[in-house]
Amino acid sequence: MPPILAVVYWAFAALAVIAAAMCITRRNPLASALWLVQTLFCIAILFTILDAPFIGVLQVLVYAGAIMVLFLFVIMLLNLGRSSGDLKGLVAAAVAAVLGTGLLLDLRPIAHAAPPDAIVLPPGMLDSTLAHQGVVGAVAGPLFDTYLVPFEITSLLLTAAIVGAVVLAKRKL
Amino acid sequence: MFTGSTLAVSAVLFAIGTMGVLLRRNAIVIFMCVELMLNAVNLAFVAFAQRLGVAGQIFVFFVMAVAAAEAAVGLAIILAVYRHKETVDLQHINLLKG
Repeated sequence: MPPILAVVYWAFAALAVIAAAMCITRRNPLASALWLVQTLFCIAILFTILDAPFIGVLQVLVYAGAIMVLFLFVIMLLNLGRSSGDLKGLVAAAVAAVLGTGLLLDLRPIAHAAPPDAIVLPPGMLDSTLAHQGVVGAVAGPLFDTYLVPFEITSLLLTAAIVGAVVLAKRKL
Repeated sequence: MFTGSTLAVSAVLFAIGTMGVLLRRNAIVIFMCVELMLNAVNLAFVAFAQRLGVAGQIFVFFVMAVAAAEAAVGLAIILAVYRHKETVDLQHINLLKG
């Protein structure tokens, strides 16, 4: 592993955390949304470093591209860009800080999580799969083979979501 | 590589998302914080996929599809509520309180 990779990794990990913190503290919802886009881009770069370049591209296209545009569109449609005072008071901030810190302490063991040896792949296995099948093929192969039924159910879910969104947002049916 | 540190970053992002849900009153911003939590979980999936095989990356794909569906329906609900109440402030949307 080249040392520059660790520098890039930690730079973007830190940027992701900072942007997430900015996202939850900005008063303007528009600024919040744009900081969230920044976080999503940083996470996409982390995906790419973690041997998942295809997921990183999907993250930029689907999350930062499609979903966040939907959010920005609704914020602008409802003209919330100038609204302020959306943050709760000091008491709520203290409660959020205490509960958030507690959650972080609860989640601390996950950083040392060690899956049982029986299911851990030999080192370099994922790299060789990616090199052999290509970054798209390595994901697409099992997706259309082992996970074909969940994949088809996803299409049903998306159809239901489209119909539901149209029904909900329509003024008169 | 980076598995432990990625899981730590993922836990921090998840906690920040939770704090955002507790801190904000705007329904749309709370919704964005939930998206942030989903992304933190995706990061953990990808970190584990490095050691346990490509299935973790496929799960991220499914989480993204569910998040897209959720965003479409959720924002439609927020639009419908706004049309009815003229606000997206959750303090004023308390009809279910009884």
